[in-house]
This record gives sequence, C-alpha cells and structure tokens, in this order.
Amino acid sequence: MALAKRIIPCLDVDRGRVVKGVKFVEIRDAGDPVEIARRYDTEGADEITFLDITASSDDRETMVHVVEQVASEVFIPLTVGGGIRVLDDVRRMLNAGADKVSINTAAIARPEFVREAAERFGNQCIVVAIDAKAVHQSSEPPRWEIFTHGGRRPTGIDAVEWARRMNAYGAGEILLTSMDRDGTKRGFDLELTHAISEAVSIPVIASGGVGTLDHLADGILLGKADAVLAASIFHFAEYTIEQAKHHMRARGIEVRL
Amino acid sequence: MASIAIIDYGMGNLRSVAKALEHVAPRTRVLVTQNRQDILHADRVVFPGQGSIRDCMRELIRWDLVDVVREAALSKPFLGLCLGPQALLTFSEENGGIDGLDVLPGRVVWFGELRDPVDGERLKVPHMGWNQVHQLRDHPLWRGISQDSRFYFVHSYYLQPADATLAAGRTWYGFDFASAIARDNIFAVQFHPEKKCSGRTAAARQFHRLEPVTHFPT
Repeated sequence: MALAKRIIPCLDVDRGRVVKGVKFVEIRDAGDPVEIARRYDTEGADEITFLDITASSDDRETMVHVVEQVASEVFIPLTVGGGIRVLDDVRRMLNAGADKVSINTAAIARPEFVREAAERFGNQCIVVAIDAKAVHQSSEPPRWEIFTHGGRRPTGIDAVEWARRMNAYGAGEILLTSMDRDGTKRGFDLELTHAISEAVSIPVIASGGVGTLDHLADGILLGKADAVLAASIFHFAEYTIEQAKHHMRARGIEVRL
Repeated sequence: MASIAIIDYGMGNLRSVAKALEHVAPRTRVLVTQNRQDILHADRVVFPGQGSIRDCMRELIRWDLVDVVREAALSKPFLGLCLGPQALLTFSEENGGIDGLDVLPGRVVWFGELRDPVDGERLKVPHMGWNQVHQLRDHPLWRGISQDSRFYFVHSYYLQPADATLAAGRTWYGFDFASAIARDNIFAVQFHPEKKCSGRTAAARQFHRLEPVTHFPT
C-alpha cells in the first residue's frame, strides 16, 4: 500500500490542435486534444498536462474551450500551462475544468504572483514550471539556470534556489524541464532532477528527454521524481502508458494499474 | 424528482463533481447551489471544498450556510469531499488554528516533514496522486468498490478523528491516516471520488441510491 508514482502525458496545444516540437523548433501535428486525452485516460494515464503554445493572445480563448471539452469527458486530473499571467487566467482555467495551472514566465517576471495565486486558489492547484539548463563547465560542480523563451533566454536565476523559493511561496508542485534534454530522447537530466527534488518538500515532475521506458523509471529511482512527464513517446504510439507502467512496476516502482 | 444539492460556497470548481453525479444519476436533479432553501429541501447533500480551511469557514459564514450545513449533516445523506470532511471536524491546525463545524469530534493535522519508515525516502507534501483506500468496515458507500482501490488525493493536512471508530477507510503515507470517516448519515472522504478510478462511478452510484432517511441503511 503506497502512493503511486504518476505518469503524465503532455500535450502541446497550438490554436486548439495538439503539436509536439522537437527542441521547440520542428512542430508535428498529432491531432485532436479531446481524442488524445480520452485515449490516454483509457490507457491509464494518471493525469494529463496541456501546454498552450499559442503565440497570439487572441487565440487564447480557444484553450478555454479545449479544457472545457476535455474536462467534461475525461475524469483524470488536468493541468493547463502556457499564458497564465494574472489571477483571472488561473480562475478561467479552473472554472473551465482544469484541476491545476502551471505558471512559468509570469512567476519569473513577478514571483509574488505565485504567492497570490496559491493564497487565492489553494496551493494544490498551483504548479510552477521550471525550464533549466546546465551552465557549469565539466570541471565545476553542477549548476543550472532558469531559461525562458523556449530555452533561448537566460535569466541568471539559479534553478535550485528558485525551486526552493517557489516552494516557500506556496507552489504545490514543480514541473521541471531540462532544456538540454528536451526533445533529445536521451533521458532526463537525472542530476538536475535529483538536486531539485532534494531541495524542495513538494512533489517534482521530471520532464524533458524521455526516449525509452527505462528513462521513465530512472527519473523516479535515480532522479527521485514523484511523477514523470513525456510527450512524443506516447503521442506516436512508440509505447502505451500501460506498457510504461508495467515496465516501471518490474523495476520496483509503485504504479496504478 | 429527487434532488442532490452540491453546496457551492466559492471554494473550487464543482463542475466535475456535478458531472460525475449527473452521469450516475440521470433521473436526479443535481443542483450546484448556495441557496439555503435548496440545500434544506434537497434529498441528499454534497459538501465539497478546496483551498484553505480559513477561507472555507469564512465563506460558509459569508454565505450564511453554517447552520444549514450542520442541519443537513445531521438529517440527510451527506457526502463530504476533500476539504469538506476537514471542515466537519472540531479544529484544524491549518492557518494557525481554525475552529471547524464540530459536527464530528476530531482534529485536522499537518503532515509535516515525512519520511518513509521502511526505506527512509522523503515523502512529499502535499500528498498528491493515486493512493489506496483500505475499507475498515462495511458501509453502503463502499458497495461495488474493491478493497484497496486507488483514489486521487491532494492534501497537506489529514483527518484525525477523536474516536477511532469514525474511520471508515484508511490510507498509508508514511503512516496510516483516516481517509474516509462516517457516522450515521454522514460519509466524508479526503480523496476525490469524482476523479476516475475503478470505484469512482460506484461511489457516486451508491450515494445516489441511498434513501433520504436520517440514518444510512446498514
């Protein structure tokens, strides 16, 4: 009897359609968000995350309708990220049926936003997304910094310090993406995942770089993550969520099957 | 037409709770309401909640619902969800200490710094995700739900009923805590039964079938 480690498929959504970029440059269309969410629900996904990558704020309203449709058909917890900048964005997504929202750039611009959102809506629904890149030389002790704009713009903020601060501000969970690994299929940055997970008292979702089922298990066993997030290996049916769970169980991880 | 009132006092989105009940009870009127009369006249009442206990109690007072919730809890099939059961107890440690509705005796306690006593692994708070619920006794609301089914949890404080026999289900997170409490017509769960699991629809269906009497049939 124990809490199951979670597998979370992530859907990048652009103007209402699911896409997945490799290193955020090449975009492939993988279909309708409602259909895909339903499929993942059937396969046994523990939660689903939507990342709205729509560039124009005029098209943002589309995401609210996507969330409404998915929430009325799929009953597993739903997280929505991308473009969450003010308290009203949080409220709209929660009212549309999201269980959690993920905040990234807006937290860096104004960290107090996380505190306000957690106080207003409860920390259980506030996820802080961290995009981190290694900045140390091979001879130095490891250090990671927060990057924005798809990994192009450095902020100078230390990732471990930032995770601790967001924990203190009331974040309920950290979604940690290695920008070095994202889209590479070389596995999570386990050192980064481990460092962040040890630094905070809240759950950490590992993201970025999953190419095999062993990568998922490594994220839990070596990275000490509480949940693992992946996109392309599930979107293109390389593996089902069920296969992933059987594999994790075989490696001694508690899963919901 | 029989009716279920879901008490809406501004603490969280109740769409998924309403959807789950409509799904299993198509011939029942499901009301999401803060209207005192709706709640008092409903055949069954659902008392949900998300966020902090301070806000929860403040909103109940602001909507003038404290006595209505107490009365419903003492007189008709009453299902508490997530923060709901915490508010039913005497006192919560959250927000520096907040008095609850005291419908059931007990305290709400912070998980604190937790480690797994078996392997020493740190246990993160909030307790978030799918965990198992071990049914401690027979109850109409457990019918059709397998022993040790997994339900979705997300909480940092847990129920500590004064009387251990109030616990109807327990869950392990470094130690055993009461994840479901029940007495007479009240059934209250820390987890989210509206989220999908093998037992989700079964839980809602059992609740829907209960007769609107003072005590649950046993």
